[in-house]
Amino acid sequence: MDFSLSEEQQLLKDSITTFVDKDYLFDVRQKNIKSDLGYSSDFWKTFADLGWLGMPFSEADGGYNGGPIDLMVIMESLGRGLVVEPYIPNVVLAGGLVSRLGSDEQKTELLPKIISGEIQMSVAFSEPQSRFDLNDVITSAKKDGENYIIDGYKAVVMNGPSSNNIIIVARTSGNQLDKEGLSLFIVDPSLNGVSSRNYSNVDGSKASEITLENVSTPASSLLGNEGEAFSALEEVIDLATLAISAEAVGIMEKMNEITLEYTKTREQFGETLSSFQALQHRMVDTFMAYEQTKSLLLMCAAKLTDKSDDAKKAVSALKYQVGIAAKHVGEESIQLHGGMGVTDETNIGHYFKRLTTIRAIFGNTDYHLKRYSAL
Amino acid sequence: MNLSFSEEDLKFQDEVRSFIAENYPADIKNKMDNGIPVSKDDIQTWQRILSKKGWFAVNWPEEYGGTGWSITQKHIFQNELANANTPTLVPFGVSMCGPVVYTFGTQEQKDRFLPGIINNDVWWCQGYSEPGSGSDLASLKTKAVKDGDHYIVNGTKTWTTMAQHADWIFCLVRTETTDVKQQGISFLLIDMKTPGVEVKPIITIDGSHEVNMVYLDNVKVPVENLIGEEGAGWNIAKFLLAHERTGIGGIPALKREIRRLREITSELPLGEGFLKDDELFMDKLNKLEIDLLAAEYSELRTLAAMSKGGHPGPESSILKIKGTDLQQGLSDLFVEALGYYAHPFMSEEDLISNEGRIGPDFAANVMPHYLNYRKVSIYGGSNEIQRNVIAKAVLGI
Repeated sequence: MDFSLSEEQQLLKDSITTFVDKDYLFDVRQKNIKSDLGYSSDFWKTFADLGWLGMPFSEADGGYNGGPIDLMVIMESLGRGLVVEPYIPNVVLAGGLVSRLGSDEQKTELLPKIISGEIQMSVAFSEPQSRFDLNDVITSAKKDGENYIIDGYKAVVMNGPSSNNIIIVARTSGNQLDKEGLSLFIVDPSLNGVSSRNYSNVDGSKASEITLENVSTPASSLLGNEGEAFSALEEVIDLATLAISAEAVGIMEKMNEITLEYTKTREQFGETLSSFQALQHRMVDTFMAYEQTKSLLLMCAAKLTDKSDDAKKAVSALKYQVGIAAKHVGEESIQLHGGMGVTDETNIGHYFKRLTTIRAIFGNTDYHLKRYSAL
Repeated sequence: MNLSFSEEDLKFQDEVRSFIAENYPADIKNKMDNGIPVSKDDIQTWQRILSKKGWFAVNWPEEYGGTGWSITQKHIFQNELANANTPTLVPFGVSMCGPVVYTFGTQEQKDRFLPGIINNDVWWCQGYSEPGSGSDLASLKTKAVKDGDHYIVNGTKTWTTMAQHADWIFCLVRTETTDVKQQGISFLLIDMKTPGVEVKPIITIDGSHEVNMVYLDNVKVPVENLIGEEGAGWNIAKFLLAHERTGIGGIPALKREIRRLREITSELPLGEGFLKDDELFMDKLNKLEIDLLAAEYSELRTLAAMSKGGHPGPESSILKIKGTDLQQGLSDLFVEALGYYAHPFMSEEDLISNEGRIGPDFAANVMPHYLNYRKVSIYGGSNEIQRNVIAKAVLGI
């Protein structure tokens, strides 16, 4: 048994950590999230130049053959830096679906551009009623000659505003909750009938509400076989769940460090906050919550790497634990900062906001506890 | 990163599994599986079986009779013992006194004490806590005054587990009163048959007799029973606290017990179905299982770090807190699973009487176990003390 990173993985970790510590400064980030784009295209270019955007793709597709452990390493390090650039929507979700299901033409057209950072993509999988159920899809696509006609509504589409292409999950057959009958379409958001309402999330990321009305898209935009998208979608969302859990673990590690440092310097009653046992024990508990989550993260990354039978169950165990620990660590970090924790100028509150949105992304604790029990 | 067992590890696992299957005495297994308390004889029998195979002093250096196993092998061994529901090995000799003797003792002391421990001929107990010294162990007052080639020991030790069965006790005693309470403490081995040693039972809320008061009244102890230097006992105490921490969380047994509870939910009737149909109960069970999985992998991470030459430091405090939280949480879920049938009290005689038990067969032990397990967050350094340790060592406060 070996929990240590390979030399390459350690180098990857070091390179992202250096970037985050030296270049990804808090005030720069705060300025970027207030821009129209919502992140830095220069940083995105850097990610491409350093090879991070190509990590999970096969060498044949122009990538570096990275696996779940590499993805974990990247996201944990990005999490520590509270990096807002849309790695998961582009690389893990859209890139993941295209590389798994795409035709040669689709792969040749899209993957090099994802890897070079030239295009932005996203996957529209959630609807207002579906919450976290990937099979709950009302949006429909009907064959019409050489085209499909798509009608429906997609909710809180991550990275929607920047996307040149959006992969729409639509139902080509079956009932609202059926796993069968789901299809994917790569849709240009400038097509007639697509309207997007773009906005910022509380964590600084951007998202869209997307309405599709009588949208006619060519049959060549179908990604994978008609009606058979579910298993690939679930597999990609599971990998994205590992990724976002790794981000959460990085965030929690950093929040614990920031909070500890704060309590060692802030004085009340003539003593540093860290000298009070009531606060020490609470910080020990948040440290343990982080450690427990990190252990499940490692377990899950290993099981996904091994394509183990219980990998799905491991994903749900992990995301459940992330939800529990994120609430605990997040809320305690604010409390231990006192009033400073609720000010916009202090970084801890911004870590807290991202950690809080992560609790729900790809399924909250209730959803994953139910999934864990059912598997 | 690779979390699977190697071919050799899997072969070793098979070897351990078949050894236990072939050598675990049926009468002891029957008691363990049916919640009938095992006797000292039973434990001794089982420990001697392991000892004869060379699998008892697992963690000792090979020169003293240890196994030389890798950390992964030790982990596999503990898992297999737990899976087979064998009696818990008594730690006082093999895991505590033994390592102190081979680490701090003279050659003569090693020759004198180690064989008795490894062969299970001599039973040990631990004389640490005193009525006035619980978590604040260093405040202990038991005095040892040198008188020629003897120490005269006076004082009271408490919470002494299995003192009623023990031949010897290893004690922390005060040989000097100093300003710094950690100084002037010495590590002394005392024969329980020495005049002036008196053991009185403490009955705990589950009705069992595990722990005792040990009164030491002018007990004459030869100076050659002092381990290490006089006044250096606190270092030995700290060594013991940091030593043998792997497995402190009791993870393998928890895994067995949670599997058992899951089986029980399909057996216990509830309305027209079974307990497993109760979503609220099953939620709690599943949450605990995930928590246990996290603790298991935390332990594996610690083991993996140790196998690369690291030392179990404050991680063992984390494992102690998490493990005992889980032990208590699971013991509580067993109680909840039973409803009213957790309440009937069964004495040891009731358990083996022909009248049969009240309620489901496994029920008799459930409440006593819950009650007894309140101890786990108190002993071995209370969980609050463990948090102090982590705050100091990990958070640097």
